[in-house]
Amino acid sequence: MKDNFGYLFTAYTFIWVLLAVYLGILMGKQRSIRRRIDELSEKLENLPKN
Amino acid sequence: MSTFRKSLPYILPLILFAMVVKGLHGAFFEAPTEAQMGDVQRIFYFHAPAGIMAFLAFAVTGVASFLYLWRKSLLYDVVAHASAEVGLVFCTIVLVTGPLWARPVWGTWWTWEARLTMTLVLWLIYVSYVLVRGYTDDRDQQARFSAVLGIVGALDIYIVYKSVTWWRGLHPVVLQASGGGGLDPEMRPVFIFCIFVYLMLYACLMAIRVPIGCAEDELARLREALARRRRA
Repeated sequence: MKDNFGYLFTAYTFIWVLLAVYLGILMGKQRSIRRRIDELSEKLENLPKN
Repeated sequence: MSTFRKSLPYILPLILFAMVVKGLHGAFFEAPTEAQMGDVQRIFYFHAPAGIMAFLAFAVTGVASFLYLWRKSLLYDVVAHASAEVGLVFCTIVLVTGPLWARPVWGTWWTWEARLTMTLVLWLIYVSYVLVRGYTDDRDQQARFSAVLGIVGALDIYIVYKSVTWWRGLHPVVLQASGGGGLDPEMRPVFIFCIFVYLMLYACLMAIRVPIGCAEDELARLREALARRRRA
């Protein structure tokens, strides 16, 4: 029972890798949505108003 | 007040980082080594709080889903969706670290006992919650369908919680409403602190995820406005 560091190491590594990946996905999503909003706002402003 | 608000995105991650370091120190150096399982039992300090936080996140989804069906405000749907996604991350941690702990202790990665099976069912309900949103472009329909799943999933939380006492499987009882449970008093402070670490993590992730949901709705509104303007 004492030599189970492999399981312990894998468990904690998984936790931090998963959280880092999720955070990375969120940041990427946030950037791309912000960019799209800016693009569309610009297009909307440039269209002639009726 | 506005300076405080502006500095929050920098302060919160710093507090979270300090709490994570303290939590890891507690789990590895302060908590006593479990007599029978040895050091592998230290998985517990980030496994069980992840489960508790998944419950909380899914409960928030359930409440926000109910509020959406009642009030029809899309903000409730945004909160419900964000909380379901964060809850799924925590539930995934539970379902992966659990077998990593079970293998050396029970001699098997997985067994179809009540707590494990019901947790897997809970995870599948919220996976379908996230997936069902992709099947329709109608925003109200998307919110309505997922709200029903969000409420059904929240009901499963109680079954997962009670499964260890109803069916008495292999999974240990850590917390009970009566205050009992099988946790050593020396392990309790570290365990409680780790719950707060996850609570802070949940708050930080929600603080990032909810504005993304609002921005997605804003993007959809802009697209509609642009299409209307082009048609006119």
